[in-house]
Amino acid sequence: MKNVLEYLEQADRSFPSKEAFSDENNSVTYAQVVQGAKAIGTTLAQLNTRNKPIAVYIDKSVESLIGFFGVVYSGNFYVVVDTKMPKDRVNTIFNTLSPVAILTDHAHLESAKELNFSGKTFLYEDAVAAAVDDDKLTAIRRRAIDTDPLYALFTSGSTGVPKGAVVSHGNAMAYADWVTEAFDINEDTVFGNQTPFYFSMSVLDVYSTIKNGATLHIIPKSCFSFPIKLLEYVNNKNINTIYWVPSALCIVANWKALDYVQVPKLKKVLFAGEVMPTKQLNMLVEKMDDDVMFANLYGPTEVTDICTYYILNRKIANDESLPIGNACNNCDVMVVKEDNTEAAVGEEGELCVRGSIVAMGYYNNPEKTQSAFVQNPLNTCYPETVYKTGDIVKYNQLGELIYVSRKDFQIKHMGYRIELGEIETAVSAVDRIKASACIYDGEKEKIVLIYTGEGLDNKYIMDILKEKLPNYMCPNKMIKLDKMPYNANGKVDRVWLKNNYRTLKSL
Amino acid sequence: MEELLEILEELKPGVDFKNNQHLIDDGVLESLEIISLASEINDEFDVELSVADIMPENFNSVDAIWALIQKLQAEE
Repeated sequence: MKNVLEYLEQADRSFPSKEAFSDENNSVTYAQVVQGAKAIGTTLAQLNTRNKPIAVYIDKSVESLIGFFGVVYSGNFYVVVDTKMPKDRVNTIFNTLSPVAILTDHAHLESAKELNFSGKTFLYEDAVAAAVDDDKLTAIRRRAIDTDPLYALFTSGSTGVPKGAVVSHGNAMAYADWVTEAFDINEDTVFGNQTPFYFSMSVLDVYSTIKNGATLHIIPKSCFSFPIKLLEYVNNKNINTIYWVPSALCIVANWKALDYVQVPKLKKVLFAGEVMPTKQLNMLVEKMDDDVMFANLYGPTEVTDICTYYILNRKIANDESLPIGNACNNCDVMVVKEDNTEAAVGEEGELCVRGSIVAMGYYNNPEKTQSAFVQNPLNTCYPETVYKTGDIVKYNQLGELIYVSRKDFQIKHMGYRIELGEIETAVSAVDRIKASACIYDGEKEKIVLIYTGEGLDNKYIMDILKEKLPNYMCPNKMIKLDKMPYNANGKVDRVWLKNNYRTLKSL
Repeated sequence: MEELLEILEELKPGVDFKNNQHLIDDGVLESLEIISLASEINDEFDVELSVADIMPENFNSVDAIWALIQKLQAEE
């Protein structure tokens, strides 16, 4: 296999009339997905471009999935653009990406026109109804190879410019192979998808679904506000496998929703994206059947999704941290110390990853690519790229990896990887801001912004930030000061702020 | 009521909570924010909001949230 579309076509041959994807409004079979994607692929093939980015600007839905595969049929790669993302940030991404086209729908055509983009815009509704040119699609496929890009996924960057990790067909297929084997995914699997498609976790749901002719239900976002509705949705759709961020699982645990609604068909509970609190995990384990599998997955976007995992096999105490486990099959991880040697058990070091899931690099950003995708420090004999995750980890006595912290100012907030520097960059750009610092209170899960400047207030700043940053990056608390605290080096004293911000009075 | 507005302002600075009647329908409050709001209400007002109270109609406006708190306080 060299191309993910072979997964779809295989599923279409085996189960043409089986439900492939659903959302709250729509449901499609494998035959419909392939037909729609081929029609879109034929339409986009007019561009006569190869391995170029096409932005998909459609709400998370069945249609967006068909749109992704349509882009792939055209011989190009897709970039999911969140329709709720502020235009400024989309434009920043477009500066790096220069997409050759946008695929959007009637509902978003007007806002797509406001984007800083000069290429061609295609309407989903027209493209999906076009006649399929099989000869053209066959010719495109004939030239495809498995190191061609499949998608680029943008994550927060410290200088305020998001970075787009490029993932190849080979990366996604190597990943789907492991997922299938590790969690026994098959045609009877029914996924309840929570994560957005611009988030790497969704790659597990989507690609292991099509590889195995399984079914994926997109759970409406509103369900995650209302725990009882959420569990009822899981039951109504016969969902047996979920891969959610811990925040979503904690809602179910903290509100004791399982006391009101049981979910007997749910047999696999996977999670990643942030640290799963052990207490809430234990609450779920107690309430669910003994044969339910719980697994903690770990990895960044740059390794497709996941590089290590831990299947819960013992009782973890509430004050013990949950291991991130061991490397996935066909993937190797190394704990490397500052002096470029391997850490011993108990010693901390940076987690580095090698294997077929390591992404190609960052799109149109050689500088960032070269600093994170580097020669394996433990191999000086032949060229071999590893990805430096920037995460500090260590092995415990049981030989399991334990996550310790980040190396830099990056944080995890509600499952999103955020560079505090990107928020600070956006704040600094607000007129009349003199100085600002962003800190993260991990315990209270709050992004705290501290700033100085005349004639400013919280609302004024927030109105501007909302135009520049996605919702999950906006501060949860804002403190205005007369004067910023500085450390001996003349830098804003973030350590002091972090320890003392609760005692500060906002002006 | 002022205390509730303070909690909301802290949860999401810069939103006109007083006048918005469609906090849920318009997507002003996102999924996880509603949940953290519910926890803060429990802590601040010393009530026991249960999962059965976490329904869209109870969170669409400050007035609706306030009515829910008063109902729960009366039940104590």
